[in-house]
Amino acid sequence: MNELKYTADHEWACLDQDIVTIGITDFAQDQLGELVYVELPETGIEVNVGQEVVVIESVKAAGDVKSPVKGTVVEVNSALNDDPEKVNADPTGEGWFYRVRVASPSDLDKLMDEAAYQELIATLN
Amino acid sequence: MKRTPLYELHTALGAKMVPFAGYDMPVQYPSGILFEHRQVRASAGLFDVSHMGQATVFGDDSARLLETVLPANLLELPNGSQRYSFFTNDAGGIVDDLMIYRLDDRYTLVVNASNKEADFALLQTLCGDTVEFESMTDRALLALQGPQACNALQRMSPGIEEMPFMGAKRAIISGIPCTVTRSGYTGEDGVEISVAASDALDLAWKILELPEVEPVGLGARDSLRLEAGLCLHGNDIGPDTSPVEAGLQWAIPHCRRTQGSRCGGFPGADQILAEINNGALRRRVGIRPDGKAPVRAHAELLDANGVQIGEVSSGGFGPSINAPVAMGYVAKEYSTPGTALHARVRNKPLPVTVCSMPFSPHHYRTKEKKE
Repeated sequence: MNELKYTADHEWACLDQDIVTIGITDFAQDQLGELVYVELPETGIEVNVGQEVVVIESVKAAGDVKSPVKGTVVEVNSALNDDPEKVNADPTGEGWFYRVRVASPSDLDKLMDEAAYQELIATLN
Repeated sequence: MKRTPLYELHTALGAKMVPFAGYDMPVQYPSGILFEHRQVRASAGLFDVSHMGQATVFGDDSARLLETVLPANLLELPNGSQRYSFFTNDAGGIVDDLMIYRLDDRYTLVVNASNKEADFALLQTLCGDTVEFESMTDRALLALQGPQACNALQRMSPGIEEMPFMGAKRAIISGIPCTVTRSGYTGEDGVEISVAASDALDLAWKILELPEVEPVGLGARDSLRLEAGLCLHGNDIGPDTSPVEAGLQWAIPHCRRTQGSRCGGFPGADQILAEINNGALRRRVGIRPDGKAPVRAHAELLDANGVQIGEVSSGGFGPSINAPVAMGYVAKEYSTPGTALHARVRNKPLPVTVCSMPFSPHHYRTKEKKE
């Protein structure tokens, strides 16, 4: 698996050629508590950086997931419709949300690497 | 931030702590809210509810004076019995809801944490030559809830299992003196246990040694009471909602109603009794979202034309029925179960259906029929 990059909103993004897979971090799922509902985008839509693309609801609260990249949604993890707890169990694996074909993969350069993200969550704990 | 006598237990168990009503309280333990919720429905869970207010009113005239602030029948409350009641205001709204039980000449109230100072100040005004008030700040309150709660606790305190629903008694649990009521806030059988703060940790650890019991936090407490259709003061009832609107008139006995032997005589009696006789213009109802998305507090409820006819007061996910559940207030013409409405969520109208409550059936202690 390629390197994960992170946003300050606790999303992760992983680039493979021109496809970016997006999800939320372990820290985020732990803060939210068990997810009970995930609303995924439709494939084919165009998304911009910062656009609210996924709605998530946990036992405690509602939240949204912003797109860290600009591009076209090419695939969504529809297994989450019936089993949103996959996000808690495996947030950076089976709990991915959607995949975007990006125009410029260099968008990811603006995101944090693992070390920078670990530093960020250390300040939050 | 205040701490309950069980704070040390929560941190030892790895609880996630959150501020609640001025207290640092466990919202969940590492097993998570869904597990804890299902644990209470299937077996038994132990809650720390020591943040709630406990106070005792005693002396010759206690029952009569308490009846001036509560629409309850306390003069005829049998010894060892508990009732659900509420303080009302002059407009007929609910200032706080509470449990009250009698042991001999002492009436003990359990009130919501966020209202306890105001409630205690009110009780203080009743005091005089014949009545005294004592806030029990040196006591903890534990709730042990679930179908296995009483038969598990029976091993530590014989006689618990025989208690009737809404009964109250003094009991010794593993050598520790306690006051036990057969009641709770989950829709399940169970008890609430009042214990000296100094004994609380010892008692809680002993109860957690019972194989049927797991610790449960405030997160599951909320989802359990919501599925059981029970009101949370501040969400589902408050100074602006009346007992009749809330569907709680069952808690007002006939002796305090129109033509009752002690009709009225509590704040807001005129409004509340008129509403019992004539009906309320809006009603608290259960709400089932047709889809999977939870509908939460303050979501607008809309009729077929998109006109707002009500509002959600509590909502979330119901782990026992594996679906979202909510309750809220609607104009009375929309309160019939089966009525189709919409709830505005993230600015989209989601289809919902008015339904009766509870969402998850109550399993309170019932007397077995004699063979």
